[in-house]
Amino acid sequence: MKVNLKVWRQKNNNAAGKLVEYGLDNISPDMSFLEMIDVLNGELTRKGDEPIVFDHDCREGICGMCSMYIDGRAHGPQTGATTCQLHMRSFNDGDTIVVEPWRARAFPVIKDLMVDRTAFDRIVQAGGYVSVNTGSAPDANEITIPRTIADEAMDAAQCIGCGACVAACKNASAMLFVAAKVSHMAVLPQGQAERSIRAERMVAQMDAEGFGACSFTGACSVECPKSISLDHIARMNREYLGAKLTSENV
Amino acid sequence: MVTDQQSTMELQSKVPAGPLPEKWSRHKFALKLVNPSNKRKYDIIVVGTGLAGASAAASLAELGYNVKAFCFQDSPRRAHSIAAQGGINAAKNYQNDGDSVFRLFYDTIKGGDYRAREGNVHRLAEVSVNIIDQCVAQGVPFAREYGGLLANRSFGGAQVSRTFYARGQTGQQLLLGAYSALSRQVANGKVKLFPRTEMLDLVVEGGKARGIITRNLVTGKIESHSGHAVLLCTGGYGNVFYLSTNAMGSNVTAAWRAHKHGALMANPCFTQIHPTCIPVKGDYQSKLTLMSESLRNDGRVWVPKSKEDAQKIQKGQMKATDLKEEDRDYFLERRYPSFGNLVPRDVASRNAKYVCDEGRGVSKTGLAVYLDFADAIKRDGKKTIEAKYGNLFEMYYKIVDENPYETPMMIYPAVHYTMGGLWVDYNLMTSIPGLYALGEANFSDHGANRLGASALMQGLADGYFVIPYTVGDYLATIGPADKVSVDSPAFKQAEKRVSDQVQRLLAIKGTKPVDEFHRALGLIMWDYCGMSRTAEGLKKAKGMIQDLKKEFWTNVRVMGDNEEMNQALENAGRVADFIELGELMVDDALNREESCGGHFREEHQTEDGEALRNDEEYAYVAAWEYTGENQPEVLHKEELVFENVKLTQRSYK
Repeated sequence: MKVNLKVWRQKNNNAAGKLVEYGLDNISPDMSFLEMIDVLNGELTRKGDEPIVFDHDCREGICGMCSMYIDGRAHGPQTGATTCQLHMRSFNDGDTIVVEPWRARAFPVIKDLMVDRTAFDRIVQAGGYVSVNTGSAPDANEITIPRTIADEAMDAAQCIGCGACVAACKNASAMLFVAAKVSHMAVLPQGQAERSIRAERMVAQMDAEGFGACSFTGACSVECPKSISLDHIARMNREYLGAKLTSENV
Repeated sequence: MVTDQQSTMELQSKVPAGPLPEKWSRHKFALKLVNPSNKRKYDIIVVGTGLAGASAAASLAELGYNVKAFCFQDSPRRAHSIAAQGGINAAKNYQNDGDSVFRLFYDTIKGGDYRAREGNVHRLAEVSVNIIDQCVAQGVPFAREYGGLLANRSFGGAQVSRTFYARGQTGQQLLLGAYSALSRQVANGKVKLFPRTEMLDLVVEGGKARGIITRNLVTGKIESHSGHAVLLCTGGYGNVFYLSTNAMGSNVTAAWRAHKHGALMANPCFTQIHPTCIPVKGDYQSKLTLMSESLRNDGRVWVPKSKEDAQKIQKGQMKATDLKEEDRDYFLERRYPSFGNLVPRDVASRNAKYVCDEGRGVSKTGLAVYLDFADAIKRDGKKTIEAKYGNLFEMYYKIVDENPYETPMMIYPAVHYTMGGLWVDYNLMTSIPGLYALGEANFSDHGANRLGASALMQGLADGYFVIPYTVGDYLATIGPADKVSVDSPAFKQAEKRVSDQVQRLLAIKGTKPVDEFHRALGLIMWDYCGMSRTAEGLKKAKGMIQDLKKEFWTNVRVMGDNEEMNQALENAGRVADFIELGELMVDDALNREESCGGHFREEHQTEDGEALRNDEEYAYVAAWEYTGENQPEVLHKEELVFENVKLTQRSYK
């Protein structure tokens, strides 16, 4: 098949960017979207042009590295999938496809389609953990967790930290990402000791990073490659409110 | 590069004496300790933030050491451990089915075809139980039974149910657990993180590892980092085959550059070809996707009995579901009645290759076999199968565009894991004092074949429960003052070597993109140093790799500059190292005149086509020493001593 691409090219964070057009022939519908970009990059290199820079690593939908905004949607037209899981059979012969980086103030562009997502790491550092040193754990079966609770925790914990939720949100809010972590730990017995302080600190860090507020449109959950539910945002709001009402930090 | 020649090197495994179950506890007591208030005087460099790196960095920081942690990804959470699906083994015996530390040890030694150290493997089995405790305490959401206790599943190469799992995303959950512990230490100021930073050289001075040289992947800046010890937790080198289940960025560069400074590379030809991967579709293919081995618990592997039926399927004239039961060959169940579809990975892979070589493979390419869930769905219901494997089926559907609930999956072996790696002693120290290798980067625990759900176990064992003890012994011996400044000539020279190589790559300005060289190397390795090997083929491969190396250094084209994000430049350095490693793998495979585990030499097989070991002559670790550019490497042998298991031919029949 044939496709016409419009790809965001930006030399670095300080430079102005623009959409550049490229045409590609002989694309197999079985190719993944990133393999299609590989083919383009091979052609660009042979012609003496700089290849397109983009984040990618595992190419099986779990590392959370790939991050393309395709035709106005985070990770492209499929739901429940990352960019690397998108295949060219999702497009029609002759389509024009627009590819941009995540757009958010808290995710500055590094180059072309690559953005800086270290804000997410700093949010986790603010409290996304259980304080337990290596070696001090009791026997694993001493902590019993009903299966439904374990499943609920796992539903939240499977967030891959890609940032699609932020990219999809009109406010560039990171609520779904933060909620997934807060919720994962709030439902588990292991997370109870730091439950309040975690919610307070992670939300404070989220605000400090410059992410927008949540207006509960639900775009994040729709575009989330792991389909993480909005329920977790509801739970985080409850956690946060509860934490603030009883907070020792006045 | 400069080498620190040690021509009369003698390999000391440092496995302590004494009865097997007491070795580790005795050793721990014998190790020197660093006083708690002195720990803050030591700096430790950890390269890589996968299970081994993140768990080591977090645990060492908890103890009070100053840690610098490096990864080439944008966040430590993205290391490729995250992609492990099936699970993690531990000898908890929660199922009351006869498991024990000794059985896990025995299964692992046997599964590795008797090419691993008894002492290391027993320690691994011992600490396996602590790993599960640690991960649960961190909040890792393992699968549970309705009563709230932990659930287990069985896995290839074992007859007990000892695998803990979190849906099909066990690696992800374990890594996020280690990442959370690491993040806590970053917040505490005990770990300094360097994401998007690649180690490009090791600094050795006075015979000890002193630090590393890195390139900041965003700015191109070449930087020096000094430490009292350097831990390489950089994963495996499966991407030498280009197509593998590894992440695109997984590479051998850190380990290889340490090798060039004198760290021995052990058993590099021991690579694992995983039987259940999604088959290759076209020459544009960039990576292969693994379908968890746990699928073999319920899926039945088969191909058509006749070549004619197989051809019809390949041409699309017939569907899998059209084939009657009596026309199907469930070849694993037929050949291995007691283990059936759960034979170890190397056996399953080789048998898939055989039936495809006979012309009975399926899919357009003829390079695939079926993994069929029809019987399991009939027996347990679709709901149960969905609960166990739902996300894997979904992943398959996304890639192949076929519904595995209705038509059998197609699978084919792919490179997945490398058992070989940097040689380490019982303390995980390489042949360079102060340089350690953890997790997949070392060679120590899996012999010639790794059992399923053991990689996660080893990565976390090394990081959480081994290195915190052993590194202290070295640090207490050298003392805090024994450190080299980044302003010293050793660092300055190393920085210059790195930037010279970067400039050299940019200056070639040839005609071929880096990927083309990588693909070409991968094909050579897959054809001649893959699932089965011959002396003739290996010799041919060696010549081809040498030619490829010459062409690479005269004709590669790397666009752009150093002082910016330049992914082609990153890849060029990695592929250059893969080419050199490829040649060593071929040498190692040629040297090993036997078949064992993942290393199958066609000249050495039993009458019914099983691997034929040669314990008399090859029960040793082949550790290779770099002696200079284009010079043959020198082989050092560490004889393996078996006091607790009897070497038998592995039988899964």
